[in-house]
Amino acid sequence: MTPPTDKPRLSREHMLGLLKQMIRIRRFEAKCAELYTQEKIRGFMHLYDGEEAVAVGVIPVLEKRDRIVATYREHGHALVRGVPMTTVLAEMYGKQDGCSRGRGGSMHLFDRATNFYGGNAIVGGGLPTAVGLALADRMRGDDSITACFFGEGAVAEGEFHESLNLAALWGLPVLFVCENNLYAMGTALAISESETNIQRKAACYQIASEAVDGMDVIAVEAAARRAVQAVRETRKPYFLECRTYRLRAHSMFDAQLYRDKAEVEVWRHKEPIVRYQGWLEANHLIHPEDLARMESEVAAEIAEAVAFGEAGTWEPVEQLTRFTYAEAAAQADR
Amino acid sequence: MPQEMIHPGTTELTYRDAVREAIRDAMRRDDRVFLMGEDVGRYGGCYAVSKGLLAEFGPERIRDTPLSESGFTGAGIGAAMAGMRPIVELMTVNFSLLALDQIFNSAVTVRHMSGNQFGVPLVIRMATGAGRQLAAQHSHSLEGWYAHIPGIKVLAPATVEDARGMLWMALQDPDPALIFENVMLYNMTGKLAADAGPVNIDKAAVRRPGRDISLITYGGSLWKTLEAATVLAGENIDAEVIDLRSLRPLDDATIMTSVARTRRAIIVDEGWRSGSLSAEIGMRMVEQVFWELDAPIGRVCSAEVPIPYARHLENAAIPQVPNIVAAAKAVFGRA
Repeated sequence: MTPPTDKPRLSREHMLGLLKQMIRIRRFEAKCAELYTQEKIRGFMHLYDGEEAVAVGVIPVLEKRDRIVATYREHGHALVRGVPMTTVLAEMYGKQDGCSRGRGGSMHLFDRATNFYGGNAIVGGGLPTAVGLALADRMRGDDSITACFFGEGAVAEGEFHESLNLAALWGLPVLFVCENNLYAMGTALAISESETNIQRKAACYQIASEAVDGMDVIAVEAAARRAVQAVRETRKPYFLECRTYRLRAHSMFDAQLYRDKAEVEVWRHKEPIVRYQGWLEANHLIHPEDLARMESEVAAEIAEAVAFGEAGTWEPVEQLTRFTYAEAAAQADR
Repeated sequence: MPQEMIHPGTTELTYRDAVREAIRDAMRRDDRVFLMGEDVGRYGGCYAVSKGLLAEFGPERIRDTPLSESGFTGAGIGAAMAGMRPIVELMTVNFSLLALDQIFNSAVTVRHMSGNQFGVPLVIRMATGAGRQLAAQHSHSLEGWYAHIPGIKVLAPATVEDARGMLWMALQDPDPALIFENVMLYNMTGKLAADAGPVNIDKAAVRRPGRDISLITYGGSLWKTLEAATVLAGENIDAEVIDLRSLRPLDDATIMTSVARTRRAIIVDEGWRSGSLSAEIGMRMVEQVFWELDAPIGRVCSAEVPIPYARHLENAAIPQVPNIVAAAKAVFGRA
């Protein structure tokens, strides 16, 4: 683990909070997988198992006024940002009580209250949106920044390059966060990129960058602090590559024919929760009762979310064509 | 003298000037409005629409972009979601295909996918249509494709009034609006009232009243259709000409009222026939006014070929006055 020496204000409470957030995502998604097998959740569902340190390390560093653009593997980002677990799960149930009224599902969690601009299921599709959000802030002189998450698969898309260029060219406050989990669905980085060092791509666009061990939540948080500070002070983009690994299948339909079990096992030893928890224990920063309390609080929150999802209601079919265009009330408050 | 022909209180200007006036007016009225696209600033716009605006509004609001159609269209989407009112200019409809992912997968879907939490009040303008010998990557009429998509508005100004007046209303719309400007109209002159301003963007217009047949068209084909109506008048066929103006939503009421009265209809559409907007309009007539019809519905569309370079072939590929006249006469069983 990276010793948190460069952050003297890190309290024990804060460090336990990081662990709890990671456990919260992990346990929540384990429940989602269970609900998926029960067919409570359908469609495509992508789990964040192994990558939790990225969202947990980056998102709390942002301010409330900042904006977030995420991908289709965004349950963790939504939860850490503060989208209630109840409405996230109701969304995955397809209930109208969901954070996107059941119109989006697992891949399209949105929440205006927390400036969460959604799970985007077109790889690379969220990057231009992030550029535009930041452009609006720049033109108005607002000091918000936009954090844009994407996987290394997006690097092969033209929109990645167009967006980095525009953000640098126009001086836009975007924090690009690449969650490099080494596989674009089942295609390994080495067989999709001629230059596999993703961080180096940013240099071509004159964007300051840093690569960090994305399995180390303390390291991610420290890097995110540097990155966010840089974006806020310079009003220019910054590129943070978080090197991580997806421990579970790409989606619930993935037989994982493209990678060895042995490789997954190697990464399992580096996985962020066990590793961070072990470090906390070795440094006597956590006690068994802390962990027990955390687990029981998370279990209670999940139980509440499941109850909320179950109790949620289906939108009447008569409303099928709503939300295609703005409605009168929505127009009035534009 | 041309000046003497202009009614007091009107000015004569080109369609291009009218679009420019619309942009200038919107920029003055609302500081959230800005224009971005390839060569809109220093070059003055590929079709000279934005010439002079850079000097007036500066490079932040008349924003030249790199050749990144997807990137800057997406930036327009993000800026709109954050409360700005961007006008994105895509040089031609063929280039809009490079931004189609952003238009379709983001601009159109966000309101729905987010359960109405976010909207995209974005206006995208682009040139469309054939007639300048620009061949098969600059000349198509794909507005009908876009009109297929629920979640956007598709506008086709054919007159200087509409070129001047539609933009502001499109900017007031809380959802994405696409404005298609036919390249053959930019040099066309027309009269505009000195106090001309916003116009409605959801109604079709009867440009020439008539009793015998309804000729339904939009955009660059409007003027050919009006000319055809004049020819038909000489042959004792009194044609009504309807300018759709909005391709999505379609103003069914105006179309059906006309057709129910004339009992005959021809659709003139520079798009291809197969799977087209003309097919949609024809089918709506079948659904809504079938029993009022006295003759089969006719169509004049583009030939099913990429637009060729050679002038005579290009002319032959798209609707022309003689085709429209012939199609209308055929409805009456006349050659």
